[in-house]
Amino acid sequence: MNFTRRETMAVSGAALVASVLPIKLMASTTDLISGITGGTEASGDGISLTAPEIAENGNTVPISIDAPGAVAITVLAAGNPTPGVAKFNFGAGSGSQSCTTRIRLAGTQDVIAVAEMADGSFSAAHQTVKVTIGGCGG
Amino acid sequence: MAKGVKPRVKVPKTAAAGETITIKTLISHKMETGRRKDGDGNVIPRSIINRFTCAFNGKNVVDVNMEPAISVNPYFQFEATVPEAGEFVFTWYDDDGSVYEKKKSIKIA
Repeated sequence: MNFTRRETMAVSGAALVASVLPIKLMASTTDLISGITGGTEASGDGISLTAPEIAENGNTVPISIDAPGAVAITVLAAGNPTPGVAKFNFGAGSGSQSCTTRIRLAGTQDVIAVAEMADGSFSAAHQTVKVTIGGCGG
Repeated sequence: MAKGVKPRVKVPKTAAAGETITIKTLISHKMETGRRKDGDGNVIPRSIINRFTCAFNGKNVVDVNMEPAISVNPYFQFEATVPEAGEFVFTWYDDDGSVYEKKKSIKIA
């Protein structure tokens, strides 16, 4: 890719703004969780989220979630341009309420999993993943 | 239809009745996020698989809604119970309306 001087200035300018304002741009973890639960308090029990502490490549970050007794699990990435990642709905044929997949992370951020239990309560877990190279292009 | 889409699924050939088995699925897909730009600065339009479902003998096992934050070549690993012999049906839904389907049958050992 060839950059003209003008493009280079624009990119570095944008990078400067982004480095000054990461906190403001990043939706807060608790806000995102309450957005899923509809304001109900989410407990930390009954759900486990496994993600690497350091991901060298933000394009494929392996994560697994395990929430026994959940009917649905929503995965969010707080620092991505769009926080939604995936929603898993478990049906009658599922052997366990767990799933492993690979996600994209734009930078170092919190990965959040919110499980909706069969009785209507919610459980949430989050983990910070350090990303060396972001994976959302742009 | 996106080019080069190939679903791959790993299901054991046999299981004991009532056993919980692990299923692995992978589908080759570029999962364009809609945020990247080409060399001329034009945004490359979003093109992803937005939903994946797995059903066993018509019973839903898992149903996943996917956003652009799912990696290239979406991979899923999950567990299913096998009460009787039957067939797993895996379905992927593309943004462009294409539907990719794969079936795997399992016997009771």
